[in-house]
Amino acid sequence: MAIARTHILVCGGTGCSSSHSQALIDELNRELEEKGLLGEVQVIKTGCFGLCALGPVVVVYPEGCFYSHVTEADIPEIVEEHILKGRIVTRLLYQETVVDDKTIKNLNHTKFYEKQHRVALRNCGVINPENIDEYIAMDGYEALGRVLTQMTPDEVIQTIKDSGLRGRGGGGFPTGQKWFFARQSKGDVKYVCCNADEGDPGAFMDRSVLEGDPHVVLEAMTIAGYAIGAHQGYIYVRAEYPIAIHRLEIAIKQAREYGFLGNDIFGTGFAFDIELRLGSGAFVCGEETALMTSIEGHRGEPRPRPPFPAVKGLFGVPTILNNVETWANIPRIILNGADWFAGMGTERSKGTKVFCLVGKINNTGLVEIPMGTTLREIVEDIGGCIPNGKKFKAAQTGGPSGGCIPASLIDTPIDYDNLIAIGSMMGSGGLIVMDEDTCMVDIAKFFLEFTVDESCGKCTPCRVGTRRLLEMLEQITSGNGTLELLREMEELCYYIKANSLCALGQSAPNPVLSTLHYFRDEYEAHCVEKRCPAGVCKKLTRFVIEEEKCKGCTACARACPVNAIIGEVRKPHHIDPEKCIKCGACMETCRFNAIVKR
Amino acid sequence: MKSLEELAALRERMKNNVAMRQDNSTATRVVVGMATCGIAAGARPVLTAFVEEVNRRGLKDVVVTQAGCIGMCKLEPIVEVFQPGKEKVTYVKMTPEKVSRIVTEHLVNGNPVTEYTVGAYME
Amino acid sequence: MAKRKTVVPFHGTAEQEKQLRELIAAHKEQQGALMPVLQGAQEIYGYLPIEVQTIIAEELNIPLAEVYGVVTFYAQFTLNPRGTYNIGVCMGTACYVKGAGDVLERIQKRLGIEPGGTTPDGRFSLEATRCIGACGLAPVMTINEDVYGRLTPDEVDKILDKYL
Repeated sequence: MAIARTHILVCGGTGCSSSHSQALIDELNRELEEKGLLGEVQVIKTGCFGLCALGPVVVVYPEGCFYSHVTEADIPEIVEEHILKGRIVTRLLYQETVVDDKTIKNLNHTKFYEKQHRVALRNCGVINPENIDEYIAMDGYEALGRVLTQMTPDEVIQTIKDSGLRGRGGGGFPTGQKWFFARQSKGDVKYVCCNADEGDPGAFMDRSVLEGDPHVVLEAMTIAGYAIGAHQGYIYVRAEYPIAIHRLEIAIKQAREYGFLGNDIFGTGFAFDIELRLGSGAFVCGEETALMTSIEGHRGEPRPRPPFPAVKGLFGVPTILNNVETWANIPRIILNGADWFAGMGTERSKGTKVFCLVGKINNTGLVEIPMGTTLREIVEDIGGCIPNGKKFKAAQTGGPSGGCIPASLIDTPIDYDNLIAIGSMMGSGGLIVMDEDTCMVDIAKFFLEFTVDESCGKCTPCRVGTRRLLEMLEQITSGNGTLELLREMEELCYYIKANSLCALGQSAPNPVLSTLHYFRDEYEAHCVEKRCPAGVCKKLTRFVIEEEKCKGCTACARACPVNAIIGEVRKPHHIDPEKCIKCGACMETCRFNAIVKR
Repeated sequence: MKSLEELAALRERMKNNVAMRQDNSTATRVVVGMATCGIAAGARPVLTAFVEEVNRRGLKDVVVTQAGCIGMCKLEPIVEVFQPGKEKVTYVKMTPEKVSRIVTEHLVNGNPVTEYTVGAYME
Repeated sequence: MAKRKTVVPFHGTAEQEKQLRELIAAHKEQQGALMPVLQGAQEIYGYLPIEVQTIIAEELNIPLAEVYGVVTFYAQFTLNPRGTYNIGVCMGTACYVKGAGDVLERIQKRLGIEPGGTTPDGRFSLEATRCIGACGLAPVMTINEDVYGRLTPDEVDKILDKYL
């Protein structure tokens, strides 16, 4: 095949796919064919670029033009102007990439990318994930080849240990140590598992790696298989990720064809194969023992530890389980050396971490930063601050198992130990930014609703305890809280933490405890003054019409679904608080900003 | 896959394919002026000829790309060659026939084809 | 969420059963075959009625109780076929205040099913949904893609007639 002069990369990650990037690809190919350019221009569907808020995203090389929010209607213009005539379509450029003098700069030098350091995501948005050759061109499978032909299993494990890599799924257990234990365990049959059951609301980094660079996971798992003496791997991926599943299937097939999976890999006699297993919608299956129970074909309930999986895991034999992002670091560590990896990050947290930056933030997306980057750098530099000039209030990390980082701690360098010290956790890497309009009690309630739904029911502290905890939060948000209740609630939190079987229950109270710690005044406002300072909790908010602003146009009265607004035409109206259901329809309708929340 | 050498050979073959997408400042850039006037004057076959010639010779670190109007319409088609650390060279009144000589003498051997450059026309 | 057993009679075809048995045969030797088989079976039938679970239990030599236990554990497995017409009644606050409860009750009486259920002929399934964001039209119900607003219980009958 001839080498194309231009590559058009279209993001095929889930974010951009939902904003119809496939239609763009079809349209591009159609336009290019019409103009007779198919031979010299190549359209490539890639994984996630990380800037999901700008999707669908199209990048044209060699110029490196980054077009955002591209629609089908824009395609003829891009082909006609840019591809045919070489005139960049300035109006579609991501504004951050446009320099004053109208020239464009490489995406890597924009604020969003500049502070990032891409290790796990290095191939995402660069290669075609459905083409193994492109992965190979990026040094793919070189690490596997070196491991099999030049290193002993012990050397591999030592390298991973020396790198300081810790599990990226949440717990932060040293990866090399895990492998070491599994290698020490006696047994002819051992397994290597990949945890791709990413369930935290607001976290999608694993999906992005699987969609953008599936081979890296296969390569890393095979390396681990060699290191611990396993010949079979399982990837447990949630069924809600159809694109990731599809690309993994393709990747496994290609890897088998090329002989990177199967018997006698690299002529060394080492055999390893990988099977996909799909989850079926149970959050608890992200917990390692529950995941293994699920692969075995049972209800995905956790098992007590010990015995740890490294001793007695999947089907009762020694097993290692690592998260997708952890796997994505392995080949790079082998190629660049443990020192290279250990050179990034902080004293006890090495390397980089991928975060999903979501919530009240301008640049929603996927960011990979060296450990030790401060929250301020993430929010202000990479995230481009909070929309509408609002104030940063807190960030939530670790999903339903994590906690909040208040504005006062915005300069905390982010690593495993610092986050735990301030009552949150790394978790899988969801980072939800909240502004002054967010009610912290409501957020705690949101996460508790999630945990209650997802508790598997095996142990009482979690099944009953989280339910009681949610009920208490509901009392508080509906104006029935007391200071005594706050005290009881705190006590219950510690009971649940101390007595639950698995991490889901043990960490379920974290969102409550951490908001209670940093935002106790908000809880107290709910309980004592019966007031929601952020104006979120409906039962504690009142919609009021300011008489001096009301023109009596009756628009609000007509919009009200429950006829709670009364008043004569051209005279100030008022809202009957008894009838009002606080839906906010009136406030949206009013053209004079006369309706306020109190 | 039986050996590291086999993998390395495959990688070398594939590298060209993705090289364009990397932040690569050492590459030679061949920029063809492709505004309406350039196209009307016949820039497209010139561009195609460059792409083909560069591929045929398997040149690495050469990017063939395009720009808008360079501003000397009567001298179109215009091609500019940028090499790191060197003055840019501007070729004017280009034809596909001139391409292979520029690739051989300039891109491969580093000697600009003076008689095709803008300097020669302006004198 | 509790799962409700279906009242829809089982209408599996011989072709579906053949596919199911092939699926089971393909996975039989695999360790932990139950999950992939259930996922495949749900693709074949659209849901997992007790008849299908029985075949799986027998073929894989797993107690039916265990199969049932697994099916009811995972959110993606369903015991009920979705009706040709899936009715969603919004139970958001605005709709609730405007009488969505009465609307739901009327539908339940008329069709003889509870929320989460499907009529025996497989024509209608019923769900009580969270707020769908059409508060201005309260109370609201959806039938597949169609949205009906400002409902009264009496109108429900007329609307349902259109889908019979």
